Amino acid sequence: MTPVIEVAGLWTQFGDHVVHRDLNLTVMPGEVVSLVGGSGSGKTTLMRQILGLERPTRGTVKVFGIPLHGSNAQLLHKIRKRWGVLFQEGALYSALSVFDNIALPLRELRAFDEDFIRDMVLLKLDMVDIERRHAAKMPADLSGGMIKRIALARALVLEPELVFLDEPTAGLDPDRSESFVKLIRSLHETLNLTVVMVTHDLDTLVSLSDKIAVLAEQKLIVYGTLREAIAVRHPFILNFFLGERGLRALSAVAATINLNGKH
Amino acid sequence: MQQAAAPAVLDPDVRQARTADGAPAVELSGAWDIRALETRARSLKLQLRQFSTDPGSHWNLSRIQRLDHIGALLIWQAWGKRRPARLALAQGHEVFFSHLDSAAAAAPAAPFDPLRLVRALGAALLLTAEHLRGIVQLLGQILLDSLVLLRHPLRGPWREISASLFRVGTQALGITALVGFLIGIVLSYLSAEQLKSVGANVFIINILGIGIIRELGPVIAAVLVAGRSGSAITAQLGVMRVTEELDALSVMGIPHTVRLILPKIVALAIAMPLLILWTSGIALTGGAISADMQLGISVHSFMTGLPAAVPAVNLSLAMGKGVVFGALIALIACHFGLRVQPNTESLGIGTTNSVVTSITAVIIADAIFAVIFADVGISLL
Ligand SMILES: Nc1ncnc2c1ncn2[C@@H]1O[C@H](COP(=O)(O)OP(=O)(O)OP(=O)(O)O)[C@@H](O)[C@H]1O
Ligand SMILES: [Mg+2]
Repeated sequence: MTPVIEVAGLWTQFGDHVVHRDLNLTVMPGEVVSLVGGSGSGKTTLMRQILGLERPTRGTVKVFGIPLHGSNAQLLHKIRKRWGVLFQEGALYSALSVFDNIALPLRELRAFDEDFIRDMVLLKLDMVDIERRHAAKMPADLSGGMIKRIALARALVLEPELVFLDEPTAGLDPDRSESFVKLIRSLHETLNLTVVMVTHDLDTLVSLSDKIAVLAEQKLIVYGTLREAIAVRHPFILNFFLGERGLRALSAVAATINLNGKH
Repeated sequence: MQQAAAPAVLDPDVRQARTADGAPAVELSGAWDIRALETRARSLKLQLRQFSTDPGSHWNLSRIQRLDHIGALLIWQAWGKRRPARLALAQGHEVFFSHLDSAAAAAPAAPFDPLRLVRALGAALLLTAEHLRGIVQLLGQILLDSLVLLRHPLRGPWREISASLFRVGTQALGITALVGFLIGIVLSYLSAEQLKSVGANVFIINILGIGIIRELGPVIAAVLVAGRSGSAITAQLGVMRVTEELDALSVMGIPHTVRLILPKIVALAIAMPLLILWTSGIALTGGAISADMQLGISVHSFMTGLPAAVPAVNLSLAMGKGVVFGALIALIACHFGLRVQPNTESLGIGTTNSVVTSITAVIIADAIFAVIFADVGISLL
């Protein structure tokens, strides 16, 4: 199977500040990978490079087996239709209503009529748990959590195979975070979605990820399952997973893991 | 790619078939996901419509290899947004349709309004009144806030004023000089043609002197500054509104009138008269050079003739206009900047409105000056 994402020998440098040093990352189809790391460790930058928004100083990035730099525009356009992105701040188009924001990618395809687009948008709004009466609102009139969910609906509207989520649950209340996790999990199961997410939310991380990539000291110090990640003795991991908050999240999940083990 | 080991994924297809007991059936197969449908949605929709005319037919969807919400919605719409009574689905495809069954509400159409135009006119008038009131209110607020500064002059935004002065004044010297010079030359050239034909060559000094110093200099400089600095001020305040920087200032107890708006008004009120002086000077130089070439009046005699032709009070009038124009432009620009809504469209509209309004306001103010000072500074021979 071709990996969905293949990052090899990636260096990123801003001036003489090295953010990534010889970083490698491979994501296979259907995997949910969480990227964690301290603030300023270069998670957003790495994601932007995988999205082709920024060019690494050195190294290659391939998505769906196609190198992002050096491929022709047509090929890149095809890739862009197969992924969906949820930006850290939502990045809804402020001049368009909620409805038009979600409808935009569909309209851009010019394959579907308005009736179809309307039903599709309403369906996506239902999926992210936004009431229909909000459809006519402008992004400026929404709460932070609603912006997140609507941006997610927009990211999902073209049924992407690969989804990037930057801090998806930051700013959501616990209930909504929970339903977000459920939504991603069900999409993952039904559509065999590949997910790459940046998150600091341990509960989300623990309950969704197949693999965890820990970014520290300018590279991935661990890339593996939660169990493998915790086993590594590194100050960041000790603080992140085995600090007070980390242990609380882990113990909550440990219970379910044990249950699953008995089955 | 995802199902590399599975049999090849086929194109989406609709066929008429029969069930085991011979009843009519519609059979769908292949990939019904966005990748496959992107190019075929319209034709497949038509095909599905034809098959869905018979409500009793059996729908066999179990041979669909890939399905997503897009494909499910396309099929579901063809069913008339209702599940048919007899339906066979492939394993795992049930979820797509269960999501859909709840999504059937129609958005209400906009009601017809016969008085739309009248309403729009009324709304426009009210908006103008509201803008006027807003500008007066802003001016009042600034005056009140500046009273505090009188008591604590050291807390004044001196640094901001000086920075604004540099931005709206110093950096505008180049463009105002270029435009002024060209206008001076053109004006002088056109007048010279006329004057030569009646043999009134020396009056070129009066025409250019009064015309440029009293009217053209101030208006040209003001229009340029409105386009250059007015738009910049509106955009800056607008972006600060969008990014909630203005709110951040308010919660820190820093009044944005004093920190942001007052410096701009003061800076423009100071810079504008100086820019007018500069523009008029350059325009006159251009005019003098052109007069030298056209009429043989040397630049030296043009300049020495000026004080006699143009009473000095015109210069004061021009400076006075400069102060008023400058303050007006800054005030209008700030007003529109503060009214920007937190979205990109509104930012663009606000900037355009700001420039158009301030240029109009400058010209109206100029007309008022002309009426009030009609008999000041015009020497009759
Ligand atoms: N365009 C740029 N120019 C210079 N430095 C940059 C640029 N973009 C990012 N950086 C630096 O790269 C480092 C990584 O930034 P990045 O935004 O990827 O962090 P992050 O891991 O996403 O952090 P957070 O968790 O706070 O969002 C930071 O030190 C940042 O200052
Ligand atoms: Mg970040």
